[in-house]
Formats: sequence, structure tokens, C-alpha cells
Amino acid sequence: MDVNDRELALISALSGGLELCAAPYARLGLVVGMSEAEVIATLSALRERGIIRRLGVIVRHHELGYRANAMVVWDVPDHQVGEVGRRLGQCPEVTLCYRRPRRLPDWPFNLFTMVHGKDRAEVEAAIAGMAVREGVDHYPRHALFSLKRFKQCGARYSQRQAAE
Amino acid sequence: MDDTDRAIVNALQGGFPLSETPFADAAKALGLTPEQLITRIRVMKEQGVLSRFGPMYNADRFGGHNTLVAMSVPPDRFDEVAEIVNSFPEVAHNYQRDHHLNMWFVIAADSRERVARVLTEVQDRTGLPAHDMPKLTEFHIGLKFEA
Repeated sequence: MDVNDRELALISALSGGLELCAAPYARLGLVVGMSEAEVIATLSALRERGIIRRLGVIVRHHELGYRANAMVVWDVPDHQVGEVGRRLGQCPEVTLCYRRPRRLPDWPFNLFTMVHGKDRAEVEAAIAGMAVREGVDHYPRHALFSLKRFKQCGARYSQRQAAE
Repeated sequence: MDDTDRAIVNALQGGFPLSETPFADAAKALGLTPEQLITRIRVMKEQGVLSRFGPMYNADRFGGHNTLVAMSVPPDRFDEVAEIVNSFPEVAHNYQRDHHLNMWFVIAADSRERVARVLTEVQDRTGLPAHDMPKLTEFHIGLKFEA
């Protein structure tokens, strides 16, 4: 574990979001028993270390006009998946790129990329264009478009401690 | 959404100031008063454009764990199963997708054990098998959207 107890308490208290008020870090400090300065210093350190990837607005892409999203999955030989993952991960079309385990025989795919766009046709064109450009068109792939979103919320960590 | 809302979304997907007056500092850069900025963020949250205002964590780094889960749900049971799955606070996203594995969701919790327990409970309560596919390597997390 890369964080201490005080940091974890802060991570937990912040996980539901930052209060929309003039001095939100002072308010957060009241919840976890820290001074405003300590909250700011601790959050700065967590951001510096990459434990907080990002702090700010978290959008719902669908409401923003990105009506189509596809989880594009690829079946890449294990000895090539690192290289292909790094390459696809750098593509402007791709918002997320992970290697995950296959679940044979149901599921042969081991590389997952997310591609968003205004509509299905735009996303399909982006995927096809990227596959050719990056030289990965020969790997079996499948685009799973989302039909319906049932739930989208932030992950809540350390719920027993979180001020919800 | 108007141009000001779009400017806020584009400017504040990360990099929110860590200062005593963060909204005032961020508002200044956008040519707004702090009150205007706070009100607009609140309204966008209420409208659902923003899911929240806060952190995106790298949970691996503090013992948190998450996994992607896929299930093949019979169409006539879809809503019922979705309701069961979504009732777990650890389920952060749930999408129906066009594949025989038609339900895809993320389980996120503060320990590997808790994630495993939710996965077991989901299978017990729905009577359906679930494939979990935890990430092995992360190549990229961008997920910034141009408004």
C-alpha cells in the first residue's frame, strides 16, 4: 500500500466529491480532522504521486453528446499484446486501453479499448481507420456497442469511512 | 449547455486548483466570478452532464481493486438482473452491450476480498455465471471529453 492512514481517510472523505463552496478544502478538513493547509498539502502530494489521477469535473459522456461508445476488443497473441496495447493506447480515438484475461471458450479477447463518438457510424469509421493505420487490422476484433447505460457513478472507496 | 459551460468542462477535467480559494482561482482563469462557476457546476451536476465534481483515483495504489464483469443474461430477465446488480454500491458502471455477453459492469471496492465477495453474491442472487476480467496491464487512461 502506497498511502498512510491519514491519506486514506482523506481519500475516502473526498471520494463522493468536493463540496461546492468557497473553501472546500477547509470543509473537507473538518470531516477528517485536518487543517486546511494539511488537506491541501496532502492532496498535492497524492496528485504528485499519481494516486489522484485527476481532480475536477467528471463528465457523463453521453450527456455531452457522445452518444455512441464501443468497447473494442482484440485477440492479440500474448507475446505481442504489450506492444499492440502501447500502440493503441496512444491513439487519439482510444480513451481507455487495458489488457485483461481471456475467458475461454466464451471469450477469446485479451485487449480492451474504448472508443467514443457522436454516433455509431462515426465510431465504426474511427475503429476501422485506426486498425489499418496502426497495422492491427489482421487481429480478430469485435466492437461491442452500448445499448443502454444502467448505472454510471464514481467508485466509492472505503465506504465505512466515507462521509456520504 | 452554452459556451461558458463548455469552457468549464474543457478546462476543469483535471487540474482543479489546490489552494484556499480554488473556485475563485479557477473562475478567474475562465473570466467568471466564483459564484458563477459554483452555480454552473451545480446546475450541470443536476442536469446530469457531470456525474460528480471531485477526484479520479488510481485505486490500485491504496489497496483498492476493481474488475470488469461480463454476464450473459436472458433477454426476458434483463431488467430484473440489472436491478440486482445495480443494487450493490460497489457496482460503478453497468452497460448493456450487443453481444451474447450482454451485461458489462465494473465492481470497485477497497479490497480484493470485497470485490470477490460482491462477485459471488451477484452470481448467487441472479443464478447466472459471471466472468470477471481484472485488468492485467493498463496502457492508457485518457477519458477526457471535448465539450
